[in-house]
Amino acid sequence: MDTAIAVREVTKTYESGEAAVPALRGVDLEVSSGEVVLLMGPSGSGKTTLLSIMGCILRPTSGDVRIGGREVTRLSEKELPRVRLDHIGFIFQGFNLFPTLTAGENIELALDLKGVRGKVAQRRAGQLLEQVDLSAKYNTFPSDLSGGQKQRVAIARALAGEPDIILADEPTGALDSHAGRAVIEMLYNLAHQEGRAVAIVTHDNRTLEFGDRIAHIEDGRIQEKNAVPGADTFPSAVTDQRNAAVPGTVFPVPAWSQSFAQG
Amino acid sequence: MPPLAQRNLFRDKVRLTVTLTGIVFAVVLITVQIGMFIGFASTTSGLIDHSGVDIWIGAKHVPYIDQASPFSERKLYQVLATPGVEDAQKYILGWGDWQRPDGGHEGTQVVGFNPDSKYGAPWNVVVGRVEDLKQPDAVMIDQFYAPRLGVTQVGQTFEIYGRRAHVVGFTKGIRTFTTMPYVFTTFKNAQGYVRLKADQTIYILVKAKPGVNVQKLQHDLEQRVRGVDVYTTPEFRDKTRFYWMFSTGAGIAVLLAALLGLVVGVVVVAQTIYATTMDHLREYGTLKAMGASNGYIYRVIIKQAVISALLGYLAGMAVSVFVVHASKTGGASIILPWPMGVGMLGLTLLMCVVAAIVSINKVTRIDPAMVFKG
Repeated sequence: MDTAIAVREVTKTYESGEAAVPALRGVDLEVSSGEVVLLMGPSGSGKTTLLSIMGCILRPTSGDVRIGGREVTRLSEKELPRVRLDHIGFIFQGFNLFPTLTAGENIELALDLKGVRGKVAQRRAGQLLEQVDLSAKYNTFPSDLSGGQKQRVAIARALAGEPDIILADEPTGALDSHAGRAVIEMLYNLAHQEGRAVAIVTHDNRTLEFGDRIAHIEDGRIQEKNAVPGADTFPSAVTDQRNAAVPGTVFPVPAWSQSFAQG
Repeated sequence: MPPLAQRNLFRDKVRLTVTLTGIVFAVVLITVQIGMFIGFASTTSGLIDHSGVDIWIGAKHVPYIDQASPFSERKLYQVLATPGVEDAQKYILGWGDWQRPDGGHEGTQVVGFNPDSKYGAPWNVVVGRVEDLKQPDAVMIDQFYAPRLGVTQVGQTFEIYGRRAHVVGFTKGIRTFTTMPYVFTTFKNAQGYVRLKADQTIYILVKAKPGVNVQKLQHDLEQRVRGVDVYTTPEFRDKTRFYWMFSTGAGIAVLLAALLGLVVGVVVVAQTIYATTMDHLREYGTLKAMGASNGYIYRVIIKQAVISALLGYLAGMAVSVFVVHASKTGGASIILPWPMGVGMLGLTLLMCVVAAIVSINKVTRIDPAMVFKG
């Protein structure tokens, strides 16, 4: 599998007055296309800081970040948005949908950033909503959607830019068990059926069975990286299921998205 | 772009109302004040602007049109003898005491000109004709000042410094900056009304022959006619306007009020757009995370500012036009020429975009990690 994103010896120190607060202390991590990596650890351990650095919205104090083999740490502030736009889709715990836009318009906005507008954007937004089984909610405002529906719209929006990397921050944190499972299944299939690299910050043990690897972060360091969730830590059933698409999940790759990616 | 700017703007109607109120206030204040400035300026130089001549000759060191000293009318012949002069006419502007029927007195500005020439005559004559002034003791006043002078209709007779003044017509819209009404009459009558000696004039109005360089003619007249000041009409207009607008401080006060309107507008709009931006800061952070450039986000904020500006401008101009219309029946002279309307649109847009810069600065400094906070 190709390495989609790699961080090498990354440190991040926040300046707070005269005090320096280290958030990351030399982190190495790779996420390959087609795999799901879970970033776990206690609050304040540096998970979100690492995700922000992987997503090019925060610069490390030292170390390198490579996306698709390209070193991006030293890119200018003008160049970084383009990297995010071309490679990364974000999913947030609080959904971060635009409340004044409908579900469809939220996706159209993401497409607009890629230069896709008008009827083409509307059609693609409709297809993306169909992909997350929300085609009937195109004109529904986020306030009228359930938590699970909001997160599915957020996933559809993240996919609008055809990213090869999905970074999710506590995507199930605000959802009940049923909605949370549906969301995590979608993320799993984005990796395993569509070949995207997926990194998920989570506290939710329900997600464990969907991770190919787990990076446990504590005090700004990765304490362990399980290539396979260990039998000593996780139920064996998890290991058994992790390399297959989740049974019963319908998440096809639409034909247009392939042509869109090529175009 | 999906209608993010519009939706964010119209979502909070109270805030939108405050924003628009601020813009409307600024637009009305600036428009009316500048309109008053233009109105005042044109009022001060109304006689000059409508004189129809190229050159004004007055006594030495005349500061402005309303304040001139008499000089010998024999200089008229020197002027007429100057090559390039097509016509020259004596002209009087002086103070006259108008006696009302009730015994009261009103100060007036008597304008004396030659009704056989077309120079220096009243304009916008709505009752009677300029030729009617050739009748004995005939005068013409503006309708606006008629009640003040006790005039109710044409044909009435009054006195100016004890001399008969027979009203033969009315003009419309000729205001004076001094608030003393103009009384148009013949040069000869005016000499009597302002108690001028028989061989004196206040001004000589000069019309150049077609194709003659006015500046050169001005120079030639300065050389030939001694003891007087020679101004081109634009020079004399500017001199008069500058005196009334700036030397007296009247114009500065008006312009300061306009500036105040601009400052208030910028502050109110900046405050409300900033508050709106703060409300949506997380959304802008999300946009950044999604790969939007700063320029994209600026466009959203500036679009809000521009929409606010356009709505505020339309409402503000509607109010301003109403005020201007109302002023025509009142004492104030407010002029709103269409280029000023266009200029105000530009100024309103600029004001709102400048106000949005505060918000843009804030968005530029968004902590990107905020998007990950639940």
